[in-house]
Amino acid sequence: MEQAVPVVELRGITKRFPGIVANDAISLELRKGEIHALLGENGAGKSTLMSILFGLYQPDEGEILVDGKPQAIDGPGRAIELGIGMVHQHFKLVQPFTVAENIVLGIEPSKGLSINYRQANAKVKELSERYGLMVDPTVKVENITVGMQQRVEILKTLYRGAEILIFDEPTAVLTVQEIHELMQILRRLASEGKSIILITHKLKEIMEVSDRVTIIRRGKVVGTVNTAETSESELAEKMVGRRVSLDKPKEAAKPGEVVLELSGVTVAGADKGKPVVDGVSFNIRAGEIVGIAGVDGNGQHELVEALTGMRPVLGGSIRLNGRDITQDSIKDRIKAGMSNIPEDRQKHGLVLDFSVSENFILGSPEQDRFFKGGFLNKSEIDRHAAKLIEAYDVRTPDIHNKTRSLSGGNQQKAIIAREMERDPQLLIAVQPTRGLDIGAISFVHDRLLQARAEGKAVLLISYELDELHRLSDRIQVIFDGRIMGEVDPDKAEDDEIGLMMAGKMQAGKGASA
Amino acid sequence: MNKAAEIFNKPSTYIPFIAIVLGLLCGGIVMWIGGYDPLEAYGALWQTVFGTKYDFGETIVAITPILFTGLAVGFAFRAGIFNIGADGQYIIGMTAATFIGLKVHLPAFIHAPLALIVGMLCGALWGALVGWLKAYRGVNEVISAIMLNWIALYLSNYILSDFLVKKGEQKTPNIDESASLSIGWLKDFMEGARMDWGIWIGLLCVAIFYVLLWRTKQGYELRAVGHNADAAKAAGINIKASFIKTMMISGAFAGLGGVFSVLGVFHYQVVQAASAGYGFDGIAVALLGGNHPVGILLGAILFGGLTYGSAGMNFEADVPSEIVRIVIGSIIFFVASHGLIRTVIQPLFKKRKSRERKGADMNGNVG
Repeated sequence: MEQAVPVVELRGITKRFPGIVANDAISLELRKGEIHALLGENGAGKSTLMSILFGLYQPDEGEILVDGKPQAIDGPGRAIELGIGMVHQHFKLVQPFTVAENIVLGIEPSKGLSINYRQANAKVKELSERYGLMVDPTVKVENITVGMQQRVEILKTLYRGAEILIFDEPTAVLTVQEIHELMQILRRLASEGKSIILITHKLKEIMEVSDRVTIIRRGKVVGTVNTAETSESELAEKMVGRRVSLDKPKEAAKPGEVVLELSGVTVAGADKGKPVVDGVSFNIRAGEIVGIAGVDGNGQHELVEALTGMRPVLGGSIRLNGRDITQDSIKDRIKAGMSNIPEDRQKHGLVLDFSVSENFILGSPEQDRFFKGGFLNKSEIDRHAAKLIEAYDVRTPDIHNKTRSLSGGNQQKAIIAREMERDPQLLIAVQPTRGLDIGAISFVHDRLLQARAEGKAVLLISYELDELHRLSDRIQVIFDGRIMGEVDPDKAEDDEIGLMMAGKMQAGKGASA
Repeated sequence: MNKAAEIFNKPSTYIPFIAIVLGLLCGGIVMWIGGYDPLEAYGALWQTVFGTKYDFGETIVAITPILFTGLAVGFAFRAGIFNIGADGQYIIGMTAATFIGLKVHLPAFIHAPLALIVGMLCGALWGALVGWLKAYRGVNEVISAIMLNWIALYLSNYILSDFLVKKGEQKTPNIDESASLSIGWLKDFMEGARMDWGIWIGLLCVAIFYVLLWRTKQGYELRAVGHNADAAKAAGINIKASFIKTMMISGAFAGLGGVFSVLGVFHYQVVQAASAGYGFDGIAVALLGGNHPVGILLGAILFGGLTYGSAGMNFEADVPSEIVRIVIGSIIFFVASHGLIRTVIQPLFKKRKSRERKGADMNGNVG
């Protein structure tokens, strides 16, 4: 295997963007049948490199060899011809089409003027079985889970004859179970002779599935190592360039007065069906972090929307500092001291076409400070922005830059800066580290613990048990819109929480409790 | 980096200019195919616009209404609404001004301002109706606005023919002199061109547009809704109120356009079979101007100039004035299909070694 010609070789790839060298003389070898992880922080240049390989960008310097022959890849079409397929982080599927229709889109097998669906279905089925993907070609994409949709994307590349598969952050959107299944699929693909590049910043997955790892930092290759000969902490250090640890012990909680109290909160489901949040009751005291554990889609979104005022409440009450805010407007809740780090930061957290400084005052309760007599107080807004980017290490060339140009991690930092700076009574954080690299995760965790130390009540909703364990003082487990019980993160084992997340009630604690 | 070069290198800035050149070229080709001399025709057009003081004044008269409707459309765009109903708001503004100008009798210092304000408010309310339907009834603004355009036209015709026009006639009598917004001395100075306060208020509206949207809290919120309604809602901004406010302001701009056509230019109103279409020209102007007030002003000047100049093309070069609609149509086509322009001129950019800057546009997509 060592002697064989690599299926893909990148030699000295350099790509410059104004003010930044995204890729600086990067070289990489992909061997046949291996899973090669590409590790790096957000903005390290992984995506740029893969966009070059997939023909979306042209390198300024360097060359690409496929099966030992230099190739100019001037577009995705050429990349596909060369057997390179890409599974994007954000799927590109037509929702009302069936799985097979999506897969054959653009290269449909035809019968006269009509599409030969039977042949399409058969071919998709065969591929699906061969690689253990278990996808039904006849169902509509809108009716299948995110994990299944990803498999459709994989099938799309295989159907087009891909031998080299690039996965861009494939686990970012998956549940724990789906991640597990994806790992098996990756191994199966590799064992069938496909070569895989896995772009990720999740160390655990790399350790679990990859054969080799290439680490990129600030556009340069730090090194390529065999996975078997390295460890998570070594990789983390190489990626970030300094020692990082997420396992810092946290100080003991000093819980104070009850800040948030939910009693019997119920939220109606779609079409007046079963409630999606069903009689949820718990409280959060000042200076503690309460986590909500649960598989995605068990009412967490709706619960948060009910809390923040985005969605009407059917029954029950929400009290903030003793005051009933169940019917309050979003604005009034913010004024009453509620801050929110939303799950979808680009949709609900930021106006991407606003400048960084404009985003820092979005929804600010300090209207008098930033708006003088109805006019923008530019100097104060800019001063505020300069202070926040400094204090929260938001990396942007300028406070007047569009927020869209910031990396995901810096966008998240900007939201956290804005929400924390309001000095809220209650901080709601939903998946606050989603899609972030280890350096940024550590930053977010520190800030949440800092909020706790400052005596704020923090509600943390996360799908990652590790994160909940690390940060929470108490964990509420949610299933099917109901609280299954409360557990102590220091005592409870993952198995126990896992069972509750799957709907098994904790002894002595019912949903009606 | 050179600031001026930077602005010029922004696609939003250079595309309209290239579109204009290509549009004129297309018109020229059509003329050439039809056996006319394009150079002579464009020369005549230029001559007509800048030839005499009268012509220049009348060009301004042609610019004014589309400046207002352009501002109306552009403002709504910025706040996330496609106001295709500027036409209806224009007609309503016009009709209300005519009504006050004819039926109310007051001294000049109060009559003209009253007619202006009532016309503007009626346009604003007509616009607000679209906003209300969108906010509280979930009606797509394009559909309701198109319907309201027709309702406005026939409502206006009904009011005119039943209350304001004498039997057997098609146009109203002239409005009271006290309601006139013409500027007499300027009219004399411009050799009789119908000069009025319209263009001055229009320029004021350009400034108001900018200040309101980029300098006030209200504008900040409207822009937030325009860019990302979800985030705006999460931040506690009242989206529904924002839709209505946007459409009120937009309708007020369009309504003012109608006001000046009656009080400033014609002094009477005519029962129309179809609208003059200023609202739709406004969409083109806003598109060409990139929804920026200064861009809209430039767009209105261009389209107004072309429209008025086309008459001269007809007299002097014997070229049908409809050719100018082809020019305007092609310009809109090229602005709308800016992807086409980018593909055409990108190779040129490469030669000029401006690759770096081109990368800047894409930089946002890099992980």
